[in-house]
Amino acid sequence: MTTSTTAAARRGRAPWSGQLAGLWSGNAGAVLGRNLRSARSATWLIVVTGFFEPVFYLLAMGIGLGRFIGDVQTSTGATVSYAAFIAPALLAVSAMNGAVYDSTWNVFFKMHFGKLYDAMLATSLGPLDVALGEISYALLRGALYAGGFLTVMAAMGLTTSWAALLALPAAVLVAFGFASLGMAITSYMKTFQQMDWINFVMLPMFLFSATFYPVTVYPGPVQGLVKALPLWHGVELIRGLTTGGMTGALWGHVAYYAVMIALGVTFTTRRLRTMFLE
Amino acid sequence: MTATTTTPDDVAAWRDEARAAAAPTRRWGSFYVAEYRIRSMRAYGWTIVVGSVGQPLLYLLGLGVGLAAFIKAPIAAGPSGSVGYTQFVAPALLASAAVGVAMEEFTYVIMEGFRWRKTFWAINATSVTPRQTCNGIVLAVAARMLVTGAAYYGIAVAFSAIGRPVAALAMPLVGILGGLAFGLPVMAFAARMKDDRGQFSIIQRFVFTPLFLFSGTFYPLSSLPWGLQWIGWVSPVWHASELGRALSFGTGAGGWPWWTHLLVLLAMIAGGGALAWRSFVRRLAS
Amino acid sequence: MPVTPTPVIEARALTKRFGDLVAVDGIDFQVAPGEAFGLLGPNGAGKSTTMRMIGAVSQRTSGELRVLGLNPDTEGPAIRARLGVVPQEDNLDMELSVHENLVVYGRYFGIPRAECHRRADELLAFAQLEEKARTKTDDLSGGMKRRLTIARALVNEPRVLMLDEPTTGLDPQARHVLWDRLFRLKERGTTLVLTTHYMDEAEQLCDRLVVVDHGRIMAEGSPAELIRQYSSREVVELRFGSGRNAEVEPVLDPVADRIEVLPDRVLCYTDDGEMLLERVVGLGLEPVTSLVRRSSLEDVFLRLTGRSLVE
Repeated sequence: MTTSTTAAARRGRAPWSGQLAGLWSGNAGAVLGRNLRSARSATWLIVVTGFFEPVFYLLAMGIGLGRFIGDVQTSTGATVSYAAFIAPALLAVSAMNGAVYDSTWNVFFKMHFGKLYDAMLATSLGPLDVALGEISYALLRGALYAGGFLTVMAAMGLTTSWAALLALPAAVLVAFGFASLGMAITSYMKTFQQMDWINFVMLPMFLFSATFYPVTVYPGPVQGLVKALPLWHGVELIRGLTTGGMTGALWGHVAYYAVMIALGVTFTTRRLRTMFLE
Repeated sequence: MTATTTTPDDVAAWRDEARAAAAPTRRWGSFYVAEYRIRSMRAYGWTIVVGSVGQPLLYLLGLGVGLAAFIKAPIAAGPSGSVGYTQFVAPALLASAAVGVAMEEFTYVIMEGFRWRKTFWAINATSVTPRQTCNGIVLAVAARMLVTGAAYYGIAVAFSAIGRPVAALAMPLVGILGGLAFGLPVMAFAARMKDDRGQFSIIQRFVFTPLFLFSGTFYPLSSLPWGLQWIGWVSPVWHASELGRALSFGTGAGGWPWWTHLLVLLAMIAGGGALAWRSFVRRLAS
Repeated sequence: MPVTPTPVIEARALTKRFGDLVAVDGIDFQVAPGEAFGLLGPNGAGKSTTMRMIGAVSQRTSGELRVLGLNPDTEGPAIRARLGVVPQEDNLDMELSVHENLVVYGRYFGIPRAECHRRADELLAFAQLEEKARTKTDDLSGGMKRRLTIARALVNEPRVLMLDEPTTGLDPQARHVLWDRLFRLKERGTTLVLTTHYMDEAEQLCDRLVVVDHGRIMAEGSPAELIRQYSSREVVELRFGSGRNAEVEPVLDPVADRIEVLPDRVLCYTDDGEMLLERVVGLGLEPVTSLVRRSSLEDVFLRLTGRSLVE
């Protein structure tokens, strides 16, 4: 019961005035707690199964197809096995998929069917608490999967550098970028059919972002287009870390995500304000 | 109340009237249900059209053309020598797309009809029988698979990914066989479900995805380790892919004869269909 | 010798078991053409199961059942072709428009498309939903959805309309609109079979009804007959406060024909309520509130089962 007064009371005033007034009570933890509780009770099995999807892809494509492809050269000049080439990409893809699922479908259901947010916002929670709570849940889950997948990679000998450890925070960064943007976009969605369009954006990103082969196969303009998309930056960032290609370009990819996150969170907060408070 | 005279003419007249009124549905009931399901699909008609055209374009470009550039050794052979990679994957991608339609239409849609919107119960209160309801849904899904398969075929031809375009005209039908062989058991299962506690996600992750990946979709099944090859043998995706390949460029040395794949698919459809009928009858008339 | 019309529905020793549970326990009844017949009882009494057996979507365990002279086991489709069914929970297609719901439903009966459209227009007028024809069904109010479900059940011009709890969950105004529509159907000669746990609904709509409890028929008759047979003309409801209601029972007993002590009040059955009330006051008892009213089916149910109909 003590949590009901939480941070705001401790400070003796509303935690934020001006821009964030009424949006945030500094209690996103309550939203996260609710999600963890619900994951623990009924859906933990499904939560755990999410780990297997990239592993299946790694086995089928990396090992199976790898026999016909041999070694591949990364953009940083390292020559690695095909499995080691696609494994980091699959990690980035799974971070993207998980974050997008949690911040779009999951949020959409809660918004329109569970009426969960109406109930949450009837308490002292503000929309930003809800947004941050949902996003941090998505990130926690993403970190769990990423940790599991990295372990599999290491066990299969697909990590060639200690920098691979940094792939874990990198995957979380990728997830954060997609989750914050995904939630903002979801706030515009009204029907299932509109939600389907999200898949139409994800599929080409998945297939073309240097996931299964280097972008050099494309003609110049197509390469430019691919490099403008967020997944490519995620793939390159993580691949650089797991294959030991530590170049300055990595900072460029990090910066890309920093901007994406800043835009996404600002955008989401604005949308929540118009949806629930005006 | 003891001294009653009934008027038997009435009863006879009612009986005749009722039997006559039920006659059209007795004959066409399955099609009436299919008509309704197709009408409902119009709500997401755009998704179907864009998906049917976009998916083959993206997959053939991404996994066909793009990946083909990195595959050094020829991956498979037909009766007259080696086959290009795009030609090899196209039939499998078509079959997988049909199975994808099945995964979509035979899961939540079934749950929605029985549980969330209860529209199947509404149909059941008319002269349509439970089996006809089941048939109608399957017919409508097959129609959607035909649209998806035909779009795939057309685009694959444009990519020169089909060896014998005329023989391969039957490929969309093979897609339907694969889709139903996978989908009917799933439908039978969904029709018995009382609550959605993530069973469909489990099917998606542990049945659908592995079948897509380990069914000789991207490379011949024979190049998988022995311990994994059985997945292909029981997989509708593999049988439909191989049948499609037989149509497109013929069967290479060591391949199963085409009719064995056809038989397996038909057997799976018969078995799955019987299960689906049982589920519908049990749920709607007990 | 009176000519009794052949019943449209006839049940003898009708029984339905689900495993060990006996949902319907050997009931007998007949429904005459043009009659409004009710099954009155609390939730779980077996009313809906009976309705489903009549609608040929649930097979009986034993006993006899004929609907329009047909055996539901073998001629379900023919029976359903001449039946209209209004289920307890609306199962309209929320993604279709109001008009489309009627047309689509008509098609299941094999009614030609043009005829479906003609009937849909007519039924929308009947259900007072003409202005909503193009509206998405999801956007209708609860009462409107219910009227649309009834209109939909009429699309095959059924001989018998089956209504399972037609007004449960509706507000009083919506209920009265609905009753008015059902009354019109009755005037046109449609046979109505309805279940309800509302006494007022049964009294308003039913020519004849059976009181069901635990899958058995407790009594049968017209509402007036049942009240006459199982209750007195008037009832005096007295409240003494929750603690004292039981205490006063022995004192009141000689004054009334019969007494029922409920947790919140005492019911005294008598033919003259005012006189009883005077005598209660004369005895020096001071009820917190008192009310004299006419007997209702609620009293009949209480008498027959010892329980209240709506808990």
